[in-house]
Amino acid sequence: MNKTHLYVLALILAAVGLGLFLYKVLVLNFPLAPGVESYTWNVEAKITFTAADEPVKLTLSIPRTTRRYAITNEAFVSRGYGLLTATEDANRQATWSIRRAQGLQTLYYRAEVVRVRRREVVSPTPAPKLEDPGFDGAELAAAQELVTRIQSRSADNETMAAELLKRLNQPHPGDNVALLLGKQTSVAAKMNLAVRVLALAGAPARVVHGIILKEQKEKLPLVHWLEIYNQKRWQAIDPATGAPGLPGHYLAWWRGAQSMARLTGGTDLRVALSSTRELETAISTAVVRGQIRKPLLLRFSLLSLPIHSQQVYRILLMVPLGGFLLVILRNIIGISTFGTFMPVLIALAFRETQLLWGIVFFSSLVALGLSIRFYLDRLKLLLVPRLAAVLIVVVILMALMSIITNRLGIERGLSVALFPMVILTMTIERMSIVWEERGPYEAIKQGLGSLLAAALAYLVMHNRAVQHLFFIFPELLLVLLAATLLLGRYSGYRLLELLRFKVFLKEGP
Amino acid sequence: MFRLARRLADLGIMGINRRNAEFTLAHNPRRYYPLVDDKLRTKELAVAAGIPVPELYGVVQSEYQVRYLPLWLKDREDFVIKPAHGSGGEGILVIAGRAHTNFRTVAGLLMTPEELNHHVFNILGGLYSLGGQTDAALMEYRVRFDPVFDHICYQGVPDVRIIVFLGVPVMAMLRLPTRASGGKANLHQGAIGVGIDLATGATLKGVSRQGIVSEHPDTGNSIRGLAIPHWETLLTIAARAYELTGLGYLGVDLVLDQDLGPLLLELNARPGLAIQIANAAGLIHRTNLVEQHRQELPTVPDRLAFARRHFGVNP
Repeated sequence: MNKTHLYVLALILAAVGLGLFLYKVLVLNFPLAPGVESYTWNVEAKITFTAADEPVKLTLSIPRTTRRYAITNEAFVSRGYGLLTATEDANRQATWSIRRAQGLQTLYYRAEVVRVRRREVVSPTPAPKLEDPGFDGAELAAAQELVTRIQSRSADNETMAAELLKRLNQPHPGDNVALLLGKQTSVAAKMNLAVRVLALAGAPARVVHGIILKEQKEKLPLVHWLEIYNQKRWQAIDPATGAPGLPGHYLAWWRGAQSMARLTGGTDLRVALSSTRELETAISTAVVRGQIRKPLLLRFSLLSLPIHSQQVYRILLMVPLGGFLLVILRNIIGISTFGTFMPVLIALAFRETQLLWGIVFFSSLVALGLSIRFYLDRLKLLLVPRLAAVLIVVVILMALMSIITNRLGIERGLSVALFPMVILTMTIERMSIVWEERGPYEAIKQGLGSLLAAALAYLVMHNRAVQHLFFIFPELLLVLLAATLLLGRYSGYRLLELLRFKVFLKEGP
Repeated sequence: MFRLARRLADLGIMGINRRNAEFTLAHNPRRYYPLVDDKLRTKELAVAAGIPVPELYGVVQSEYQVRYLPLWLKDREDFVIKPAHGSGGEGILVIAGRAHTNFRTVAGLLMTPEELNHHVFNILGGLYSLGGQTDAALMEYRVRFDPVFDHICYQGVPDVRIIVFLGVPVMAMLRLPTRASGGKANLHQGAIGVGIDLATGATLKGVSRQGIVSEHPDTGNSIRGLAIPHWETLLTIAARAYELTGLGYLGVDLVLDQDLGPLLLELNARPGLAIQIANAAGLIHRTNLVEQHRQELPTVPDRLAFARRHFGVNP
């Protein structure tokens, strides 16, 4: 085979890979090191109701992209339902409908929410139409009395709203407020009243309903906030104190007096909200935030994938690196391992167990499996049934290990389940054969070689900086391929071979 | 470290990478591998070419045939069972005699017929074959080695490995089983490799896993200066293996039977490198020389003369 051909091919691959890499670094300003990682939130609304065997129509308010949060990936999980989304005033709504449904129905709305901070100036919104507050009789008199008081103590809509909220939240709010509120003292009731009183005073206001994003799997409570139209913009006010601004991590879900979900054709409607967070590199957030220009290159990059797929690729892209490491360990250094890529797979499993526990679990699994394999040897089983038997034993051992370590309170033990059991089985089988054929020394040597290779592969593959580099710049794989091709024609000595042939030098020529 | 590598390169020592990249990959076309990887085909090929091999008693191709094993082996006092696709001498069982219904291995262990069957099942299942594919078990004549090796051999059968490059024998060694190797003639199992002067067929120093040796560790006899009988014939068979298989870089394993003389045991497309240590010489200088003169060496006698002229200890 002509070596020039290989060199040219490797050169082209390396040039393309490095070229793309440099373009992204120098022109597009992609970060070389992993930046501060930010969180992406996965929010979910789970709607359950009992359908009454008649046409069902369910309308759910859903969040929309604001200056604070961008809604990136939405999914509506609803088997057999027709779906319609619409934007209405400040709200978005999803309407599910079906001709006929019966029994318990469960629908999901899921979205990925990314914190954004747009710098652009908030453009003025036209003044909303004031709604009829709907007071009459004694209530009207009480409300007007209240309006006169708060107007006299405020300069604009915002301060007026603050003054009103202060009065509403007093422990003894006075006769007028007591009359208007009646026996209801919930935050929602107070805020609805505040909106009506402000409407009477000629100041448009509305209630915002949302959630505080946090790691909570279920029953995330709704948090109500007040917005007042002030100087041509909507201004958020804390309903408890009257102070301006929204709390941190507040995701507005919908606005107005209506309820979150409205249902016809069913009963027992329940909506449960939850949110979880996922780690994401600063760069993909930056892309969403629009801080980085979106060239064509980016639209076809791994960053355009949904986040959970990104997580998968983050790991997958490390596998070639592990393979490359094995090329070096085997062909340049000369370490022998069981199975060519077995250490890479073991290293992947170490991801969950961490290195130290991984080595402990791996060694004990192999040692236990090996002793049982030696026992099975006495039964004189045929090859494939014997392999299957070892596989079964390995799975049983894994389960036992998880149970025992869990009992002992070692949480890592649970991740033993992620060990590649078929690979473990083959390792045990080959190790036992080497043990018999070439003696324990050779078997243990190769076993330690595999473990060493796995540990090294783990250290390389789970280095955050390396992961970032290959994920953001997958074109580096081409460079890796070029290097692998070149090593494929390396015909020099292996490092351990030098030891083997050292006898030649002792005698001297 | 680099100095060490440089000096080894100066001596012409071949490393595994070099062997794979520049010899087996370059000179051994993949399509010819089955000829040497399948010992049955090697045997057929050799018989067709008139090269003597240990007589084949029978082949077990599939599990159901194992039950006929006792019938086939009824009259055989001694025999060898080996996997057709074995490598590195693994899976070879040498039966030296019988004790009632049981078989006695060359190491003196007794094997019940069930244990023998199990071994055959393992072979058929692919336990010893490359890549684990299903295999066949060969039963053949057990070689009674030439008495010249009696005092330097522990059980087993000593064999002669000759490396043949482009039809020219470039290096040879005698492999002596030891107690450590369990009667097997493989170096990584603990056998001793003894270098051979290609010109005369006389043995040189030996090498074991422990290092350089001059005596056999089990018998205590010197292994140096032994003249291997039938040397010319051994070299001829080795050189002819090139035409037989079309493989440019080949390890030829031969045995000397006390009655039948040299027999071709098996061929190896990826011969090991320890032969260099046994001969205290590198392969590269020799193969380079062959490559330079390959046009001038069309016939087997030419190639043998070339080998004896250039690759002896005192050329």
